[in-house]
Parts: sequence; structure tokens; C-alpha cells
Amino acid sequence: MSDLDLERRLADAGARTPALDAQRLAGRLQRAATDAGLLDVAYASLDSPLGELLVAVTPRGLVRIAYPGEGEERVLEELAGQVSPRVLRAPERTDAVRRELDDYFAGRLRSFDLPLDWSLVHGFAVGILRATARVPFGSVATYGEVAAEAGSPRGARAAGNALHVNPIPIVVPCHRIVPATGGLGGYGGGQERKRFLLSLEGASPA
Amino acid sequence: MRLPPFQSLVDAHAAELHRFLVASIGPTDAEDCLQETLLSAMRAYPRLRDASNLRAWLYTIAQHKATDALRRRGRRRAESLDRTNRDGQTRPEPAVAAHEMADEGLWTAVRGLPPKQRAAVVHRFVFDLAYAEIGARIGCSEEAARQNVAAGLKRLRREVNE
Repeated sequence: MSDLDLERRLADAGARTPALDAQRLAGRLQRAATDAGLLDVAYASLDSPLGELLVAVTPRGLVRIAYPGEGEERVLEELAGQVSPRVLRAPERTDAVRRELDDYFAGRLRSFDLPLDWSLVHGFAVGILRATARVPFGSVATYGEVAAEAGSPRGARAAGNALHVNPIPIVVPCHRIVPATGGLGGYGGGQERKRFLLSLEGASPA
Repeated sequence: MRLPPFQSLVDAHAAELHRFLVASIGPTDAEDCLQETLLSAMRAYPRLRDASNLRAWLYTIAQHKATDALRRRGRRRAESLDRTNRDGQTRPEPAVAAHEMADEGLWTAVRGLPPKQRAAVVHRFVFDLAYAEIGARIGCSEEAARQNVAAGLKRLRREVNE
């Protein structure tokens, strides 16, 4: 057999390789990685009245909810850099979060019962966001009030900055924090979303 | 060091690694082998010190897994021959799937090549890559890639002509 024949036969057979079933591989990999304790960050996207949300969980709990405007790639890179590069798309692992968010948006759930992973929150923001998490459904608090709760009565402005970069919006309800001077105040996901969430809860800003 | 999220490696390379493994060990075991490859990669990933060529890193792991799989298969075959000799019965070979690549004889010969030659031949003829690119993917120089392909072909020619 000539060289050319051999090469042609190799190329012919190579071109007929069966295609990978990517979906089946993803399911198997997700389960195997979970069993081996290697799935440090599992994420999925889910539909909501506020657009497609990206939700990420770690073995400790919910670590991130991102609005569409944040860009999936950038959010995943942030998770890889700050939590762990072992990041996989794994919808099964985000089921609990999905269920509670669905119920919340349908008006069936007033208070989330999800373990949270605060890995993406540092320094001053930890106290602010923990205080924010205690503001109940349907009510609002001012920036100064959460700052005082967190032990910095003069920290209203700093509180606003911390809330603006809240990695777990909706579940850590930064939309419930408004300015003492009246009005809606800012929101990381945009004022329209803040207005939507407050009216969903039947709350009206002072 | 900044490592990209592991999912982006899966998205970028899984389909191609699968083709590489189908050519290296056959379609029946390729998916299992791919999963083992990705799981091993994921285990080692956070400790990886050089992220400049993640594709070559994945191919190195895949190549090792393929070699392991072929070795296991060789052992199973030997054991089943042993059994045959003991009780005089043959155990059927696993059925070859309908989509199994044609030219099985040729591919059996490819799978029998030393790992570097096998990887180089598969990249040359299944992926139709230039030698520089093959070298980059399997982690050797362009010249070494050329030599591995040539040596692999020489050996294949000898075997298929026998």
C-alpha cells in the first residue's frame, strides 16, 4: 500500500468518528465531580420576571446571583478567581435555589430558607449585608439604619456602596434599603428592578 | 495565577478530545475515558502552575488515560484467554457498535502505536493539523511532531501490509 493510500484511509475513518453527546457528558461529569467532592462552584441560569439570572452555589450555600447585565463570562471569571476555578454548569445542584426563587416571584414565599456562602463579601460589607438580610419581607430600612445595625452609625454612604455590589441580590434583600431623604435610591440591578421587587412585596419606599 | 472557570475548558475542548479518544481507543470506551480525563483534570486544576497551554495539558492527561485504557483492555483480553484455556469456553468479545469506524484493522494498529506516535498520527490525520500545531497540542517541537508522525506511519505500513 502506498503512503497516500494509508493516509487517505486514516483521514476517511477519522472523518467518520461518532459525535460526542455533550449533554450526556455534562450530566455524567456533574454527578461524578459532585461524588468526588470536586464541584466547588455549580451554576445555572434561570428565568425570572427580572430576566435570566445566573445562580451559583458552593457546598456551603448560595454564593452569587447575577443579573443579565453583569455578563456571564465576567461573573464566572470572578467566581473562578475568588472562590475556586472548579466551576461547572450543573443545574441539578441549583434546584433548591431555583424552587425558592420561583416561589418568591409567584408570591408564595416571603422568606428565603437557603444557606448562604459569604465568600465574595469582604470587610465592612459583611456587617452591612448581614444586617440587610434581617430586614423582613414587605418592609424597608434606610442606609443609615443598616449602617447603625452593622455598628457604623455614620456609615450610610459606605453602606450604599456595599449594597451596590451585593453578590446575592434578591435573597439578601438590598432592594429593601432606601435613602432616609425619600425616593427609591440606587440599585445594582437598576432602579426598575428595585421598584418591581418592592411592589411585589407590597412595600412602598418612604 | 488566574485560571479560567473549568466549564470553559469543557466547552472549548470536550468535543475534540472525544474525537481524539475515539481514534485512540475506539468509540465504545471513548466517553468513559473522556469523563475520566476531565475528572482528573478538575482534580489537579487549582494547583496548575502554568495556564499558558491548557489544551496541551488536557491532551497529555487524555493520552495517559487512553494508554491506561488500552493496557486494561490488554489485561482483560489476556485474562479471558486464560479462562478459555482453563474451561475450554470462549467469552465473546464486546459487540462492536454499528457506528464503529470502518477500517477496524487499521485502527487497531493505530491503537497499538506508542503513545506519542499514536497522538501525533491522530492529530495529523483525524484533525488534519500542521506539524507546528500538533507539537503545540501534544507538547513537543514541530520537528518532534513530524518525526512521530513519520515513525507512526512507517510502523502502520508495516503492520497493515503484513
